[in-house]
Amino acid sequence: MAKKAARPSNSPGEGASPIPSPAEVAALAVCARHGNKASELLEIFHDLQHQLGYVPEATLPVIARALNLSRAEVYGVQTFYHDFRRHPAGKHVVKICRAEACQSMGTDKLCSHAERSLKTPLGGTTADGMFTIEQVFCLGNCALSPAVMVDERLYGKVDAKRFDEIVAAYSKDAAE
Amino acid sequence: MITVFVPRDSAATSVGADEVASAIAAEAKKQKKDVKIVRNGSRGMLYLEPLVEVATDKGRVAYGPVSAKDVPELFKAGFLEGKSHKLGHGLTEEIPYFKTQERLTFARCGITDPLSVEDYIAHGGFAGLKKALELPPIAIVNQVTTSGLRGRGGAGFPTGIKWKTVHDLTADQKYVACNADEGDSGTFADRMLMEGDPFCLIEGMTIAAVAGGATEGYIYIRSEYPDAVNVMREAIEIARKANWLGKNIQGSKYSFDLFVRKGAGAYICGEETSMLESIEGKRGIVRYKPPIPAIEGLFGKPTIINNVMSFAAVPIILDKGGEFYRDYGVGRSRGTLAFQLAGNVKRGGLVEKAFGITTRQLLEDWGGGTATGRPARAIQVGGPLGAYLPESKFDVPMDYEEFVKVDAMVGHGGLVVFDDTVDMANQARFAMEFCAIESCGKCTPCRIGSTRGVEVIDRIVAGVEREKNLALLEDLCVTMADGSLCAMGGLTPFPVLSSLRGFPEDFHKPPANKFLADAAE
Repeated sequence: MAKKAARPSNSPGEGASPIPSPAEVAALAVCARHGNKASELLEIFHDLQHQLGYVPEATLPVIARALNLSRAEVYGVQTFYHDFRRHPAGKHVVKICRAEACQSMGTDKLCSHAERSLKTPLGGTTADGMFTIEQVFCLGNCALSPAVMVDERLYGKVDAKRFDEIVAAYSKDAAE
Repeated sequence: MITVFVPRDSAATSVGADEVASAIAAEAKKQKKDVKIVRNGSRGMLYLEPLVEVATDKGRVAYGPVSAKDVPELFKAGFLEGKSHKLGHGLTEEIPYFKTQERLTFARCGITDPLSVEDYIAHGGFAGLKKALELPPIAIVNQVTTSGLRGRGGAGFPTGIKWKTVHDLTADQKYVACNADEGDSGTFADRMLMEGDPFCLIEGMTIAAVAGGATEGYIYIRSEYPDAVNVMREAIEIARKANWLGKNIQGSKYSFDLFVRKGAGAYICGEETSMLESIEGKRGIVRYKPPIPAIEGLFGKPTIINNVMSFAAVPIILDKGGEFYRDYGVGRSRGTLAFQLAGNVKRGGLVEKAFGITTRQLLEDWGGGTATGRPARAIQVGGPLGAYLPESKFDVPMDYEEFVKVDAMVGHGGLVVFDDTVDMANQARFAMEFCAIESCGKCTPCRIGSTRGVEVIDRIVAGVEREKNLALLEDLCVTMADGSLCAMGGLTPFPVLSSLRGFPEDFHKPPANKFLADAAE
């Protein structure tokens, strides 16, 4: 689901540029689609992230203006929620459940295995930009633990072998 | 035409139900068999997923767990006629795991096509709402009060009283809000119902709206449930078209519309006031109470807030009467609860039973013991903020009051089983760590206490001034329980203290090594 943004937005002063960046244009369009309603801020962030892969910092002042909020409020909401990314993620996001039910079925081992096999710690992205691995607390698949979610697809009873198979399938799809 | 059911429930698809459905379609085409595949909800026997069912003259015959590569063999064995196969279980309704349950809320889940209004109505759907539309609102409230229904989200507050409060208020706008932020580990009943019988939730919320005088409702679903979000959105659209939502529902004077709001990965938003903030598009910071949300809730207006399971219990209460529902259960815990068997358990799944059943019965009679085959050492009941029960407490009946007596809580009925390899000091530490990660940060006991809790447990495990630190941990737990603003910090001591009291030996092991002990110092 996560797509790379058209260009990185961490260049300084981008928000002040007279010509809006594609990300800012996208933000304005998303806000307009939600009627510029402040109560829809979460939905706006979700939509924007779906489109750009993350929520670039340069879009925050634009959103604030559109919704008649302060930049601090918009920034506060973005940073409160675990879902909203401030930087681009890998092509696929692999979430490994670390909550109790999955712990009882060895998710700690699975996490270590994932870190070893993808050569990046939890929260990191692989060198080739294919996968970001993250911890998550409960995917609602507690009877078929350990659970893993890749993008929006759920997997159950994931042991080390199955984990490698799942990852390999996504890598293969990308190669084709 | 033969009808084959392959669940669309995300637990089923997580172990390959989509592939099985495609394989059946492909094989049927190859063999020129006229097969209709219905993507139903799950029957709740998750250990058998993907559970494929075939409609026969005798009833639906079950096969599971089926993988895509079993499909040609199933065709060869004649599964389309319900013939026997090594994956076969006979009639679904006769499987002991299912047959022994008391399905009220989940009566339709897994039987119908979740997105078919016709199917829903054919299986008794909207009967409760039809009756409600004929009744004066106070009579609806009274039915719910009579039923003894208590909040299924964990707190167990009487639903009827909540509804009465909103009913009695006059306001220009009232709301209904459904808490579907099912963040607790070991729970999946809300997700299963939303994916398997979404109209049931819509019906329950509409009845609440009619009773309380609300015209707008929100379902707050966590973002970890993308399938549930999609199914609910589709179902709402369908219900609107069929006039079960919208203006003048079924020609009555009542109008009600419903919207889905997607969470964003914050566990705290399962706390009702934090959820309201989040629906309003703000940071999910807990509000002070009073005012209670029934009086000043969403956008400052009177709001009926309930959990998915509470709303979903309402249609049958209205259809069959409050007394019918009240006749299930024990003591002051009336009706049924959808128990969820999770974690290290052989036959995990959803078991809807009346209150009064014991943890041991659930673990042994339905669960079949642990998945690893080792003895069960601890069961955490009621999510990450619930107590860990040692084996000696497995016989306490599931009843809100009985559980309180043993310093535990029934919560939403999720059970997470651990075998004897579990390190309870580690689990206690996790409870504190989780609270530190997920605290909203408004009150000090929760925000700071949880981080200090992790440190204190690390010192205990490392063998640093153990007795002093154990006393400190107890003290910290009292501060958190008594001083926190909401249940997040207030209940985190439950898993910690229950680990400490029930499994003291895990806190008194020799430290792993001197180096760690020094580091903790």
